[in-house]
Formats: sequence, C-alpha cells, structure tokens
Amino acid sequence: MTLADQPYVTEEDGVMKVRTCAWSPPGDHPVGCGLILHVKDNKLIKVEGDPENPVTNGRVCPRCLALDEIVYSEERLQSPMVRDRSERGKNTWKKISWDEAYDILEDKIHEIWDKYGAESIFTLTGTGRESTLYAPVYGPAICNTPNGASTYAFSGEACYGPRATITNYLLGAGVPEIDWAQYWEDRYDHPGYEVPKYIIVWGKDPLYSSPDGFFGHSIIDLMKRGSKIITIDPRLTWLGAHAEYHLQLRPGTDAAVGMGLLRVIIKEGLYDKEFVDKWCYGFEELVEAVEEWTPEKVQEVAWVDPEQLVGAARAFATNAPSTATWGVALDQSKASTQAAQCFLALCSICGYIDVPGGVTITKPTSFIGKWRYDMMDVLDPEMAAKHIVDPDGKYALFNAGAAMGGVQGDTLLNWLEGKWADRPEYYPLKMCWIIGNNPLACMADQPQRWYKAMQDLDFIVAQDIFMTPTIMGLCDLVLPLSTFAEHEGLVTPNYGRNQHFIGAMNEAIVNPNTKSDLEILIDMGRRMRPELWEGMETPDKFFDAKLKENYGYGLDEVKAVPAKMSGYEYRKYEKGLIRDDGQPGFQTTTGRIELYSPILDAFGEKPVPYYEEPEFSHLSHPELADEFPLYYTTGGRHISMFHSEHRQAGTTMRRLHPWPLVTINPAVAARYGIEEGDWVEVTSPQGSMTQKAHLTEEVNEKFIHVEHAWWFPEQDPEAPNLYGVFKANANNLIPHESVSVTGYGAPYKNGICKIRKVSGLDHE
Amino acid sequence: MEYGMLINYGLCTGCDTCEVSCLKEKGLNADEWGIKVQQIGPKKLGGAWEWDYVPVPSRLCDLCAERRAQGKVAPCEMHCLAKVIEILPVDKIAERMVELGGKKVTCFMP
Repeated sequence: MTLADQPYVTEEDGVMKVRTCAWSPPGDHPVGCGLILHVKDNKLIKVEGDPENPVTNGRVCPRCLALDEIVYSEERLQSPMVRDRSERGKNTWKKISWDEAYDILEDKIHEIWDKYGAESIFTLTGTGRESTLYAPVYGPAICNTPNGASTYAFSGEACYGPRATITNYLLGAGVPEIDWAQYWEDRYDHPGYEVPKYIIVWGKDPLYSSPDGFFGHSIIDLMKRGSKIITIDPRLTWLGAHAEYHLQLRPGTDAAVGMGLLRVIIKEGLYDKEFVDKWCYGFEELVEAVEEWTPEKVQEVAWVDPEQLVGAARAFATNAPSTATWGVALDQSKASTQAAQCFLALCSICGYIDVPGGVTITKPTSFIGKWRYDMMDVLDPEMAAKHIVDPDGKYALFNAGAAMGGVQGDTLLNWLEGKWADRPEYYPLKMCWIIGNNPLACMADQPQRWYKAMQDLDFIVAQDIFMTPTIMGLCDLVLPLSTFAEHEGLVTPNYGRNQHFIGAMNEAIVNPNTKSDLEILIDMGRRMRPELWEGMETPDKFFDAKLKENYGYGLDEVKAVPAKMSGYEYRKYEKGLIRDDGQPGFQTTTGRIELYSPILDAFGEKPVPYYEEPEFSHLSHPELADEFPLYYTTGGRHISMFHSEHRQAGTTMRRLHPWPLVTINPAVAARYGIEEGDWVEVTSPQGSMTQKAHLTEEVNEKFIHVEHAWWFPEQDPEAPNLYGVFKANANNLIPHESVSVTGYGAPYKNGICKIRKVSGLDHE
Repeated sequence: MEYGMLINYGLCTGCDTCEVSCLKEKGLNADEWGIKVQQIGPKKLGGAWEWDYVPVPSRLCDLCAERRAQGKVAPCEMHCLAKVIEILPVDKIAERMVELGGKKVTCFMP
C-alpha cells in the first residue's frame, strides 16, 4: 500500500498530510500530541496540529513545530559508526553498514558471554523517550543479563520510579493522574465528568514540561472551566502566580508540608470519614504521625506561611471534588518516600481517589506491560542470582523490583568504581548498551565520576539521533535512530501505567539510513535469543499481536483514528475492577489504601510518613552555612528543549533559549554584583558549574534555581571538552548516594551553594 | 470585512508557540517575527503576583488572510497551547471580550 492509500493520510495539491502522534525522538514525553505532517516527495515540509485529536485539539508546542530542523539537521547521525576503543573521546568515527554494525554487536555480546559471562553486560536506559517502553526488555531478553531492566546512571532513580513504586505498594495501582476527562472523545462534556474545584500542583511545572503523558496545558482548560490552583513549589511558577494558594517551601521539605496539610484536615475533621473507614488502612497511625506538624512547626522547618498552609488545606478538603498532581520534585529528595506517602494520603483521606474530578487510577500495567514482565523473567535462576545489589544489603525495597527492575543507580556507580572489588560476589562489568539516554548530560550524579568509571569497560554501544557527549566520550559503536516521523510506533501515555489512549505513530517519511529503537531491538533479539522474539519480525507485527492479546483489536483500528481512547470507569474499588481477584478494594496487602504500609515496614522503612532533614542543608550542616549561604534547586528547563535534546546551534529552539540560565533573586544578585546575563559559577560542597544569570522574583532571596541537561554541540566535541558537557552541568553539584533506605530518591533539587560572578562559561 | 486578533492574555503562558508557528508558516528569517510574546512580571502588585505574557503581532502579520479564505485557521490560533488567540471580525470582538470575562483581554489590528 502506498502512503496515499493509508487511512491516516489525505492528499492536497500533491502534498501528503500524514496524521501521527508524537513521542521523542525528538520532542516530548508520551503525550502523543496529534500532528499532521505535510510531506512532499518524501520530504517533511511542514508540521501542523491535528484538530481532530481529542486530547490536544490541534495544539502543538514549539518543539514539534520545528521538527523539520531536527529531521534535516546536518549534524544528525545517518550511518552506524565505529571507533577503536583506544580512541574514545576522539572524533575518529568510521562509517559502516548496518549489517557490519549488527555483526560487531553480535560478536561482542558472544565474546563477553564466553569470556566473562552475560552478567558482565549492563544496560543504561533513559526516561521519557519511546524506548522507555522497551528498555526493561533488552538486558534480559537480548543480552541474557540480570543487570538490565530499567537501569539508569541516576542516583536514587530520582524520576518517576519513586512515585510509581510507592503507588504500587500503597494504592496497588499505576500512577495517579488528575482527572482532566482525558479518557473520552467527548472529553469535558462526557456524562458524569466533573471539573475539579481545586488542583494541587506539587513540585511540578506541567505547562512547560508536559510530563509522562499529561498534556500540561489541560490545566489551563480546567482553569477556564473554573478550577482553582494550589501550588506547592519553592519557585513561583506562572501557575503559582495565578494560584489561590502558593506554598513556597524550602527545597526538600515536602514531607513536612504534606504532614502539615494532613494535620489541618484531620484536626478540623474535614476528611471523608466514610471513605477512610471503608477503604483506608492505618488512619490512626497516620493521625499520630502528623500530630506534631502544627502550621507553626511547618513554617519553622519548611518556611511555608501558616495562613497559606491552613487555607490551602481547607480549600482542598472542603471543595469536593478536587484533585492533585505531583512532579519530579517529590522524587528528587532523599525523603521522596515520605513526601509521596503524604501526597497519596492527602488525596485518599479527602475521598478523591477514582471519583469524577478527582484522582484517576488504573491497574499498574496495561498494553505491553505483561510482555515486559514476561521478557524480564527469561533468565535462568543462576544468572538471575547474579543481579548486582549492594553487598551490605542496602536498598531492599528497590532490589525487590516492584515498579522498576534493574540495578540501583548508586550501587552501580560504586560497583563500577570497584568499591567492592574484594568481595566474593564481585565481578567486573565489561560491556554497556545505552538506549534513550545521554547520562553525562542528563542524569548522572557526579558525571565526571561516571565518565571515569565507565572508561574501564571493554565495549560500549549507544543509539541516538545525534552524536552526544556520552557517545563521543565513551562509546565504541553508535547506531543512528530514526525520528518518530520516520518510523512506525505506538504512543501509550504514562508508559501504560495510567493510559488514557493509544495513538498510532505513522511513518511519514522514509529514511533508509536509520532505524527505530524497537527495530534495532527486534533485529538484535532475533540474532541473540531468537526463541524469545518469534513472530515479531517487524514493529507492526509486534504491535498488532500485542494489541489483539490485550484489547481484542489490532493495529488497523488504532491507525484509523486520531487516538484510540481508553474510556474510564469511576469507583473501580467498589466494583471489584482493580484487584486481580475481582474483589472490591485495592490491590495491596491489606486490600485497602495503606496510610500505614506494612510493606515499607518489612523493607526497613517506617510505615507512616516522618520528616528527615536533607543531608546537605543549613540545619544538618550549620558549620557550612557561612560558606554556602544559599540553597539551590536544579532541573530548570525551557519549553523549547526536551531533556538534553534541541541544543543544536542555529536552530529555532536554541535561538528561543540560547544559554543555560541560573535564576537569581535581584536582591541576591545585587549583593554579589551580578547583573542580568552575567556568567555565574555555582558551587556546592560537591562541585561547581557555570550558567548565565537571569534575575527574577520567581525565586526568593534564600535559593537559586539552575537548569539541567546542557551541552554545547557547537563546541569542541573531543575529550576532555566533550561539547562542554561538564561546564554547565547541574549534576556536578549533586552528592553521590544521598538516598533513602529504600534506594529511591536523591537530592537533585535540594542542596546548599555559593555563587560568584565569573568572566564566561570558561573561566579561571 | 475587517478582522482583528483577540488575545485572552490573562491565560497566556508565554509558550512561544505562536512565534514559532508564524515563523514556519511565513518562512521568516530567524531574526524576524510575525508575532512576539512580551513578558511583564512577576512582580507583586497590590499584594498579589502580577505575571502576564502578551503576544504582540508585528507589521508582518496579515492575520493569515489568504489561509483563512481557504477556510483554515491561522497557525498561531490553532496551535496556541492555552487557546487564547482568536481571529474574529472586528464587530464581534467587543462581544467576545465581554464573554471571556472582560478581564485581561485585548485585541490587535496589526
């Protein structure tokens, strides 16, 4: 069938208009924004929104509007390339064919299997990209290694994993999401839907990040329909400036604020007593846990104005239905578990779980979830037992692998650095396969340590759309990826953990030089462990089979519509629609929402929330307060960039936001003689980095805010510069292994620092 | 019929979508603009935060007359993430401004 004959294509004046749903590479999380790609003679000439898409209604952010600049960038990888191991860090790549690249990879894996054992291979995956769906699989199901599934070069797995895991245990569900009528074609007009009266936006700036499948500007849709906003954020965001309440907390003290909110609601009797009696477990223990968190104590610890705290608690609890959404900030502190417990308890005791206009939940996995778990469970017991864990028994909860499998990030760096080289369970790692990640720029705490530690490996392979600092610095083989405009795929919001639709990603232009992540995995799977990849010769066959297994319809039905909506049933817990056994209640050990968690207790964590001071703060280290007088948060981003993507010089996206910005309050800047646009070095007890000053009252006088994931493709690619990846790198500031007993949560967004004006990005 | 651009700027989030939509539609150079977002604030005003974005069309904006004549929506209006841009006949604009709540709404005839 030609392109013109496809049900998702219309033709106008010789231009093919190809409907598709977006998912990085490049551009975004699995929001699946509906696009119409205009194609003439196999060339993408324009991108427009798809007005018929029920979720995005024709809206598109700048990144996808400028998709052509990535597809046709001269810097794009268009051929597999190989480089001698001794030349790592040098720009001495040699182009090879796909067959040659696959042969090299196959030979290497065999060589490592024979010489050292499959366990000496590990994978590093990223977050947010399309490959997130397949990432848990290729370690075990291609490389036969236990050190695969969802392993990140990431302290405390501090994004999504903590929230997903705690929800798994406490709610027995996938990821909770606000109810924005996302499941139906008729959206806000759907019978039975209600607009939330208040929306708590906690540690999140969704307008500009559209995280995990949530279309950020639906908050604006809801505001137009009457929703009021409560923000909990150290920063004043645009939403915060338009909120009824803004709880401006000290970075990393989310649990204190959460307990304060819970205490107000409990003391004043504002919670949903019937729901708590019937569906929650351990309320009395929760009451006891939050007892000491008076508004005054919250102010003392977390800076939050008591009037704002009490007002927000009352507004949220007494205006049913209301809802709440939580962001990566809750993952990015050592106390991520406690903050998450508070968040879930708040939504639960107010009776907002699974009701119209409240917080939506679904079963933890859907679509290819079962396939993922099956494909992770393909190791013989002897091999599975070689899974790298902390030999001193730390991080039992993480290592039990509820929501995320893989190797805990801090444990992995320790292992690579040889910390346990004299232990009987130690063996050296030899090979790494990187998919959907640029860890030196994005995730790795103390990136220079990761860079050094990974140099010892025999062989490293990665696949991406552009050369990255990570690939230039570390890899021996690179495979060029196609963009979402150039391959077939499916978009599943929230990675299937609360999925409001399935969207078809349709190949609009043919690029014979590149392949998708899934194509590469299928090709290599069929070479290495063919018995596991039978009947999956192409992505289309794979998707068709998996859709039919799960939903009874095939790929054609998905391709025929802008988005295949999931529908939603409220109050599933009353109807036996959440638990695997079909009984009413929740899929937890107690059958109820666990305000008191016996599982956490079993893993050495406290069963109810408590407060732990961040490891690096003025309270925990008063002796450092003079030298490091400010707090910092990291993770700042601009709408024109998705993690470390979109930095290519001269592109519209880079022009919109040319430099990494450190946000400083004008009064603080004045104290240091810093003016708008000056270069500023930020130093924590762990390291330094340099960004350009932006003066604004978005931050108060107690902290600064820095951006993440910067590198400079226009700079010298070779080591030691590596596109300047270590210069403006927020992760230089982050301590290694300041994580909780669960293994989850690391202080990417809370630490102490000093600042000074410097002459440039490069300075003495 | 004269047309104007109504902007419900109380809910404009400064996402830059209109700017990029216009660049791409009109094939403008990177240093040109058909519409540009201006930022005011954040600053405390009367005890509350004031923080506005206002997209301002330039002389290069023709409200996509040709495109609209084909029954299509201007790209800035269609792609706007907050849906705060509406191109309307001028005699309908006043009514629509009131309908939108009569606060922080403006209009342009570029």
